[in-house]
Order: sequence, then structure tokens, then C-alpha cells
Amino acid sequence: MELRFSAEENAFREELRTFFRTAVPESIRKKVSENRHLSKEEMVTSHKILHSKGLAVPHWPKEWGGADWTPVQHYIYTEESQFNGIPQPLPFNVSMNGPVVIAFGTEAQKKRFLPRMAALDDWWCQGFSEPGAGSDLAGLKTTAVRQGDHYIVNGQKTWTTLAQYADWIFCLCRTDPTAKKQLGISYLLIDMKTPGITVRPIQTLDGGHEVNEVFFDDVKVPVENLVGQEHRGWDCAKFLLGNERTGIARVGYSKQRIARIKELAGRVMTGSKSLMEDDRFREKVAAVEVELKALEMTQMRILSEDRHRKSNTPNPASSILKIKGSEIQQATTQLLLEIAGPLALPYQTDEEEHGANALLPDIDWAAPAAPTYFNYRKVSIYGGSNEIQRNILAKAVLGF
Amino acid sequence: MDFDLSDEQRQLKDSVERLLKDTYDDLNLRKGYMKEPKGYSDALYKQYAELGLMAVPFSEEMGGLGQGLTETMIIAEAFGRALALEPYLPTIVLAGGVLRHAGNQAMAAELIPAIVEGKQTLALAFQERQSRYDLANVSTTAKADGKGGYTLEGEKSVVWGGDSADKLIVSARVSGGRADRSGIGLFLVDAKASGVTRKGYPTQDGMRAADVTLSSVRVGPEAVIAGPDKGLDVLEVVADEAIAALCAEAVGAMAALQELTVDYLKTRKQFGVPIGSFQVLQHKAVDMYTAVEQARSMAYYATMMAADPDPKERRKAISAAKVQVGRSIKIVGETGIQLHGGIGMTMEYKAGHYFKRLTMIDLAFGDADHHLRQLAAAGGLQ
Repeated sequence: MELRFSAEENAFREELRTFFRTAVPESIRKKVSENRHLSKEEMVTSHKILHSKGLAVPHWPKEWGGADWTPVQHYIYTEESQFNGIPQPLPFNVSMNGPVVIAFGTEAQKKRFLPRMAALDDWWCQGFSEPGAGSDLAGLKTTAVRQGDHYIVNGQKTWTTLAQYADWIFCLCRTDPTAKKQLGISYLLIDMKTPGITVRPIQTLDGGHEVNEVFFDDVKVPVENLVGQEHRGWDCAKFLLGNERTGIARVGYSKQRIARIKELAGRVMTGSKSLMEDDRFREKVAAVEVELKALEMTQMRILSEDRHRKSNTPNPASSILKIKGSEIQQATTQLLLEIAGPLALPYQTDEEEHGANALLPDIDWAAPAAPTYFNYRKVSIYGGSNEIQRNILAKAVLGF
Repeated sequence: MDFDLSDEQRQLKDSVERLLKDTYDDLNLRKGYMKEPKGYSDALYKQYAELGLMAVPFSEEMGGLGQGLTETMIIAEAFGRALALEPYLPTIVLAGGVLRHAGNQAMAAELIPAIVEGKQTLALAFQERQSRYDLANVSTTAKADGKGGYTLEGEKSVVWGGDSADKLIVSARVSGGRADRSGIGLFLVDAKASGVTRKGYPTQDGMRAADVTLSSVRVGPEAVIAGPDKGLDVLEVVADEAIAALCAEAVGAMAALQELTVDYLKTRKQFGVPIGSFQVLQHKAVDMYTAVEQARSMAYYATMMAADPDPKERRKAISAAKVQVGRSIKIVGETGIQLHGGIGMTMEYKAGHYFKRLTMIDLAFGDADHHLRQLAAAGGLQ
């Protein structure tokens, strides 16, 4: 048992840090650190910079651009990129659809889709949730009916994140309405430019436009865009959702946010002392730090155990990472809101942020506090709500 | 970074767990040990020594095995799971820790062989009625006799394992005011020395402790373990190692209680079904499990950081671990009793005994709130 990083691992971290801080524009890193929205161009720019160094898809197999790292190196990469405010390489491409195509796709599909996915030449979005299929995802109703060389897709997806930018959508569709729930679903890749697709924005509580509804009206999808076997798309979905859980702890972002909390609370005065010198406030910060350190160690333990796991299935213990990771993220946004205090009230849209209506620079730091707090309620809901994660742990770990 | 145990560590874990399973699985055996003259099983204590457990942390020159805190963690976790009563923590981790860190070679050479063989137990008398969690709050005095020796005067309270220990290590003030950081010495006192009075009693968790009165107790120069310039530093590093061990012990006890609770939920039937089929109870059991795993992570962290050369970083990490473990203790202990219902309230069933030991661990060397305050005042972890 050696719980410290080796000299090689520390050197690896140092090298990454230098790259992140020199190659990715400071304006982008600053926006991430301050919880401001990035434009599509900024996300693509950052993704392509990472890709140029082989850092967009390091967890993929080497032949598709992966890095052949140890689990600890992957951990360091994730933490270091998050801590330095590097936007995540687009998760729909690199963490969700990419691994599914690699695990279930044909050679032709891999050659056609993976390089463009890795480079973010194609922007992907996720067509899983439906108005009637949230936690009970297998209850989805969007249909794909085989007609010759095509499927005809009809139905509606929702909560589709950044569909407004997407070139492609990976989609769960019901191909066998007679089969039992999970057994009649297929995983299709659909070009967003296909006639019959409509994207309607959903504005979330924070005022932002992150998610959308996507409607399919007689959309023709070539049969060659089926991934895995027909009717066996649930295997792909389970695989994808398992992968999603491990990336969801977001320890590095929370560390970065703690650093920001300390910096801002050190500047904001309450009476004659700074908020950071207030016993009650600093104990709240310390309590979150303790939880975060425990989460970080738990994540490394799960990584370490995974090296010995024979099966390719996700470690059910990773549901802990989702539960604690989301709670901690929410706690940090709560602390930022407390720091902002009454300055959290002014509401401005992204457009106004740079226009004539922009807030005065000396209170502008407080502007993202409330929207971020509101927005982060999502983290205990998406990717399998925390209650679903408890169901998973109850069943898979405790054996209920 | 590697969480795997070495082959030797795995062997140690297997052999300790096997011995304790055979000797502690039945709660009635534990009750039997409590009725023995020392309040624990002397025979079992000797068996630990035969297994080499006492030798673990001491250097090979001192007659030990020269192993690290990871091995201590393995032993402590097994003790927690078994609810073992024997004074391993007082003798090996606390008093033994003082002997290791104070650097008095002659005294170490004299005492450690008997400790390693399980022939002698020690206790560390560091707490006083008013001291709460402040190791520097010492009103017991040590007056120099001019010949290198001292006369000790005062009262030490809740000395773990103090009623049956052969020797005591006492913190006493050579100079300075009551809570000054400097001026505290550490002295070796024979438990039967003239002027030493011990009032022994059982503790809430089934173990034993003593209040010790020192009345004109004279010790020679050879009994000075650490002088007034370094007594507190030694106490602090030993306390941090003890906290790491207590965190591991708590993890062992919490994991056992959590497993016991899950088993109970699967077998106890009400409304014609196992109560574990109810989602509200499943989710509570999951929260217990999560609390245990978060505590386990911090017990590892404490073990790693207890040997950190920077005392400030060490203290912060140890405080963080004690916060997490203390909070997990409350979740696991209280939920464990709640999910058991009435049976959890009885002396005949193990759950309550885990709860009691865990609650006492939270109160040892500073509870969760105390350490949160310490950590926050030191600027937090990052």
C-alpha cells in the first residue's frame, strides 16, 4: 500500500499543468472558473487544443487515439484539467457515444465516426430521456420502424443538452413494441440535418439555454447507423450509463471552486472582518473540504480496485461518487451564493453580460452565483438521480 | 498511488481477523473477558504477542518488526470489527508511541522487550478533568529535585487501560501556565510507586480506565522520557497516530455494524415480507454504507498523513479524518440502531455494543466539531 503519488506521477501532473495553463486561452479558463457560460466556439477551441496533444480522448484505446495511461494517470489528468478550469472534452462525444461505438460498433462505423468524434468535427448529443421516460428510461416510446434499408423514427426526446449545436444524436428507439421493455430497444446514430427533426429550446431556472426538446417526425435513418444488435440497444445504454457514473465525481472542479470560495470570501467583509475569518462560515467551508477529500480518496480506491476487476461492467460502488460528488458540487454553489449575498440578486442574460446593460465590474463577480446555484440542482438529477443511485447500491452492493 | 496490501500485510490481516473471529464472534465470550481480573483476556493478550502484533511499530533495533502505520491500521480495523477489549491502543499505540518518538534509547531498550512479549502493559496519562481536548492543558506539576529527578503532584483522569497497566507515562508541567505549549514533560511512573493511587472503572464501551492521583511521587532522572522543551511535540505526534488508529478501529466497527444491519433487514419479517424489501429502509442502509466508505477513505488518508514530516499538514489531515469519521459514526451508529428497532436497544445484541464503542471513539482526542474548528482555524485542507 502506497498512498502517495510517485515522483513520475507528480512529474506527469506538472507537465499537464504547464500545458493546460499555457495552451488553453486564459479567457476560457477564467470563464470556467467563474462559472460563466462558454460559447460553442470556445468549447470547440479548447477541445481541439486538447486533441492536438492527444488529451481529448486519452481513455480510448490507443488505436483510436487513446493514451495508454495507468488509472492513476487518468485520475491525475481529470483532476488537473478540472482544477485548472479546462472545459471537459465534449462528454457526449468522448465519454458517452465514443466508448459505445468502440465497444459495440462495426469497423466501418468506427472508421467513419470515431476520428471526427474525437476531434469534435462532429458535435454529438444524447437522445435518451423522454417526457415519459426519465428514471424509468426503458419506458421510452420513440419508435424506429424498419422499412427496407431505413428505420423511420417518430417520437420525442427531452433534456437534450446542447442539441442546438449538435450535428448528430445517439438515440434509444423502440424497434420491437411487442418485446418486454428493455428487450425491444435499439441504439441509432442519427444525423441532425435529416428532414423531420425539430429542436425546441427549454429555458432552465438559471435563465440559460442548455437543454432542448428534440422531435422526430418520420425521420429516415439508414440501417447502417444501428450500433450493436437490433433490439439490444439496452446493453449499450447500460454500458454508457455505467461509464457516466465514474466521470461524475468532478473532484477537480469542486477543488477549484473551493479555491475560489476562499479567495472571494477573503475579500468580502462582514462587519470588521472578512467572511473567511468568520468562524461559522469557514467551518462550513472546511466541512465541504473534508467531504471532498474523502470523495477524492474513495475515487482513487475505486480506481485501484477496478484494476483487479475481471468484468467490463461498471463498479457499482461508483454510485457513491455520483451521490457524494453531486452533493459536494451543490454545497460549493451554495457557499458561493452565501458569499455573494445581496449582490446575487441582479439578473442578466449572457448577451447583457457584455452589452450596455452590463453590471458594474466591482459586482460582476457575484453575477454567476445565483444562476449557478439554481443550475446545479441538476447534478443530483441527471445521470441517474441520486435516489436511483441508492437503488443501484442497494441492489448491487448490499444485495437487497 | 496503490491501495493494495502487500503479501505480508494481507497475511497479517488474515491472521488477526481469524484469531479475533474465533475469540470474539460470540458476544458472550466478550462478556466473559470483561469479568476477568483485568477486564480483558490476559490469555488473548499473550496470543497477540505470539502473533507479533505488539512488535509491529517498534524498530528492529528495539526488538520490533519495524513496520509502519499501515500495519497498525490493519490491526486496529480488526479490533474494531471484533470489539476487542485488550489494551493494544494504550500500550502499543499511545505509550509505545511515546517511547518511539521521545528518543530515550536507554528506556526504550529496557521497556520494549517486555512490551513486545506481552508481559507488560502501559498507559498514557495525558488527560485531566479540565483539559477537554487540549493536550497542553496540564495542571499536574513536576518539580525538579535538583538532582535530575522530579516530584509529581496532581490528578490525571480517564486513563485508558490505566487500572491494570504496569507502568504509566504521565504528562506533567515543569514550567509555565496551565495551557502553555512549552514546559510539559513526560515521565515514566511505576503504577505501584509510592504516592500513586488509581481508581479504576469500566467505560461505556465495556473497556476500562482509571483516574490516577499522584501525590508527591518521586521519579529519578532515568524516568524522564521527554523534557519540558519537547513533551508536547511528542504527545501531539502520538495523539495523531492514535487518531489514525482510532479511525481505522471505527471503520472496522462501522463496517461490521453496517453488515449486521443489512443481514437483519434481509431476515426480519413484518407485514409478511423481509423489511429490507422496503425502499425507505434500503436507502438508509445505503447511506450507512456510503458513510462507512467515506470514513474508510479518510482512515487511509490519516494513516498516510500521520507520518508527514510537516506537523501543520499532518495536523490538518488528521483533523479532517476525525471530522469525517465522527460524522460517519453518528450516521452509522444511530441508523444502525434505528433500523434494528427494539433489538438494537438491548445489551444481548451486538449492534448496541458497536454503537457504544463508536460513540466513545468520537469523543476520544476531539470529536468531529472540535476537529472541524481546528481544521477551519488552520485554513482548511487546500
